[in-house]
Amino acid sequence: MAFRAMISSHATQQSKWVPSAGVARQMSSWFGHVEPAAKDPILGVTEAFLADPSPDKVNVGVGAYRDDNGKPVVLECVREAERRIAGNLNMEYLPMGGSSHMIEESLKLAYGEDSDFIKDKRIAAVQALSGTGACRLFADFQKRFLPDSQIYIPVPTWANHHNIWRDARVPQNTFHYYHAETKGLDFSSLMEDIKNAPNGSFFLLHACAHNPTGVDPSEEQWREISHLFKSKNHFPFFDMAYQGFASGDPERDAKAIRIFLDDGHLIGCAQSFAKNMGLYGQRAGCLSILCDNEMEAVAVKSQLQQLGRPMYSNPPVHGALIVSTILGDPELKKLWLQEVKGMADRIIGMRTTLRENLEKLGSPLSWEHITNQIGMFCYSGMSPEQVDRLTNEYHIYMTRNGRISMAGVTTGNVGYLANAIHEVTK
Amino acid sequence: MDEANMRVDRTSKSDSERRLSTLVRHLGASCSPSHTSISTERFENSKISLSPMAAFGSVFANVVQAPEDPILGVTVAYNKDPSPLKVNLGVGAYRTEEGKPLVLNVVKKAEQSLINDPSRFKEYLPITGLAEFNKLSAKLIFGADSPAIQENRVATVQCLSGTGSLRVGGEFLAKHYHERSIYIPVPTWGNHPKVFMMAGLKPMSYRYYDPSTRGLDFQGLVEDLSAAPEGSIVLLHACAHNPTGVDPTPEQWEQIRQLLRSRSLLPFFDSAYQGFASGSLDKDAHSVRLFVADGGELLMAQSYAKNMGLYGERVGALSIVCKSADVAGKVESQLKLVIRPMYSNPPLHGASIVATILRSPELYHEWTVELKAMADRIISMRQELFNALQAKGTPGDWSHIIKQIGMFTFTGLNKEQVAFMTREYHIYMTSDGRISMAGLNSKNLPQLADAIHAAVTTM
Repeated sequence: MAFRAMISSHATQQSKWVPSAGVARQMSSWFGHVEPAAKDPILGVTEAFLADPSPDKVNVGVGAYRDDNGKPVVLECVREAERRIAGNLNMEYLPMGGSSHMIEESLKLAYGEDSDFIKDKRIAAVQALSGTGACRLFADFQKRFLPDSQIYIPVPTWANHHNIWRDARVPQNTFHYYHAETKGLDFSSLMEDIKNAPNGSFFLLHACAHNPTGVDPSEEQWREISHLFKSKNHFPFFDMAYQGFASGDPERDAKAIRIFLDDGHLIGCAQSFAKNMGLYGQRAGCLSILCDNEMEAVAVKSQLQQLGRPMYSNPPVHGALIVSTILGDPELKKLWLQEVKGMADRIIGMRTTLRENLEKLGSPLSWEHITNQIGMFCYSGMSPEQVDRLTNEYHIYMTRNGRISMAGVTTGNVGYLANAIHEVTK
Repeated sequence: MDEANMRVDRTSKSDSERRLSTLVRHLGASCSPSHTSISTERFENSKISLSPMAAFGSVFANVVQAPEDPILGVTVAYNKDPSPLKVNLGVGAYRTEEGKPLVLNVVKKAEQSLINDPSRFKEYLPITGLAEFNKLSAKLIFGADSPAIQENRVATVQCLSGTGSLRVGGEFLAKHYHERSIYIPVPTWGNHPKVFMMAGLKPMSYRYYDPSTRGLDFQGLVEDLSAAPEGSIVLLHACAHNPTGVDPTPEQWEQIRQLLRSRSLLPFFDSAYQGFASGSLDKDAHSVRLFVADGGELLMAQSYAKNMGLYGERVGALSIVCKSADVAGKVESQLKLVIRPMYSNPPLHGASIVATILRSPELYHEWTVELKAMADRIISMRQELFNALQAKGTPGDWSHIIKQIGMFTFTGLNKEQVAFMTREYHIYMTSDGRISMAGLNSKNLPQLADAIHAAVTTM
């Protein structure tokens, strides 16, 4: 390790006090060589936004939903669930695998209410720390049980995907996904890459509302991808962070997964309730792996638990209780479905308005992709330099890859935003 | 059915075809003799290693079932026992005199105020967690007047209880510290070695418990840590050692401090019982504060699972005391890079409860009262158990029951005696002879005393 050499030659600072007995040796820090880490590209945007005093500032950086007044939202169904939970239950440790009630409800959402796989107990599933935690557990599991395997990750993807598989020490490859010219899917290159990957490769797929591009394969394209996966015997791992949030209909948003299941794939799936239930900070999610049979599912689940134990012992109870309370109560579930549709509809409306505004301003460019893309994000196609201009001249904050979080767009700021985008791109 | 038919089976899209194929797979050979070799093998022997190159079948078919966790498995076994007399002295979760889990009043109050506040949102916390929680946690363990805090030399990040704090600290050290060896006392909490191994460190051991005295093997501890390579990491239980309940005296702590500092060994404290051991938060932090006072560096994993009864909420904090504020800043930035690929940011609810309590003088005071009551109840159970065994004339010296401190008593009973107690008296405890005093009350204590007496006299 390089640090060893650095330690012995560095004395970052001499202490000014007189050392007492037993402190003689350590004059300088053991951690003096530690480099300051680069800021997280996504979360760093919000930090910069908060520090900006301008009254015109707009935050279209991090993917957290805002209402039309630009305010964060706690869903009514969540508030009601919390009222029911508070003071009524103890805070004992959950089992290592998490809340079985929450897991049951999560699986129904992803695999279908009447899924045979659930009935046949073929799904190994554990509660996880939102989508990140689910992906990390899977990556660790992949490393432990298939140590020679690699993961294929789409280009582009959520930046943290790379960090997760890297820290799990699983080698990474990429596959073509986004087509910059059309601002849509590069389907032929994607299929080429799937074909050229060695048989039995592991692929990370965004189930719906691809982050950061908002570009999803069509249903027909998903079928073709699934068929090709079948002949290559690839392992499909779905990251589903936006079920319900993309189209407004959770069943519709799970279509890709259902196609793969119908085709007989044994999938893995990471589910997050951060966005679709607005439970961001509660870290509520689920990791599931579809197995051949019940016995294998029991074995796999037990091993997933073995990976969770040395990381956090057992997952947090509060978010799990909210999820199971809502999904387990028909009235609350109905309310949730309405609220999630409301969020999705507002975003779809803002996409339309933003595009119309840009077209009205007489922009020479095509902005079709704003309404073609789906989910929380729009991959605008702007360059880092154009983004910098938006920030420096217009106090508009977004990630430098040109990704706009549509959740941050409101009727109040859409005009300002359209104008600024037009100014830097005309 | 042969391979080709199986493949066709898998790709069929009709519901009834799929259901039939599932049925066939489950029934195996009994349904269709000609596919015996493939499907029965796969179904009956899940240990077969199938490479990912197999045409079908799970790539994880070779995964074997993991054994039950030795500690959490005790509760699993307890739950399965139908006997009305069963007693659970396994996992270290506090129980009231009535044998019920306890949510502290002060926690209920804090939770209510959170729920009733309509301006509260559930947005992502920063990667390092709730800032106010971090500051208050550092003050709690190091003392509000701690020079390290005054000088901004402490990097504190919210983590998932003690386990999460240990894991994040361990991974940070594996990435940024020059030594991989971490010295762990024998015995220790069963999860410690796994946490550090997964973090990328190399667990080593140092003598700690002396079975002949049922106390501290101080000589062995000094010898082993004196022989550890310079710069090695040393795991220390801040108070109420788990599983033995045996703690060094203040004088011994001072000697340990001098030994560690003179050999540049890096202390990594695990504090899961502050306030729970003696009933006093300051007293239980004595060992940690001793080390901080000498100006040196250390890591500290803090848990609120027991002392605030927040078990399932997973609330804790990792603090790294550094030589300078500049180093602390850089360290904090690197801790973020460990956390982000693990779970992005920590859970909000539990930390909000803790911050609500710690920031309010009234709620803080109420908490100390409830905490002392829990500690006192456990101390009284120790005394009662000791008295009961004395009254029975149970052979052996049982004074360790009242000398040991915290939630656990290391009885000194062996595996066979423990198995006997489980079988004959429905007493559930870990096979190393550890009992959770928190699970005792005046109703079940006589049964435990009987069981111990029987085990010791018959085995």
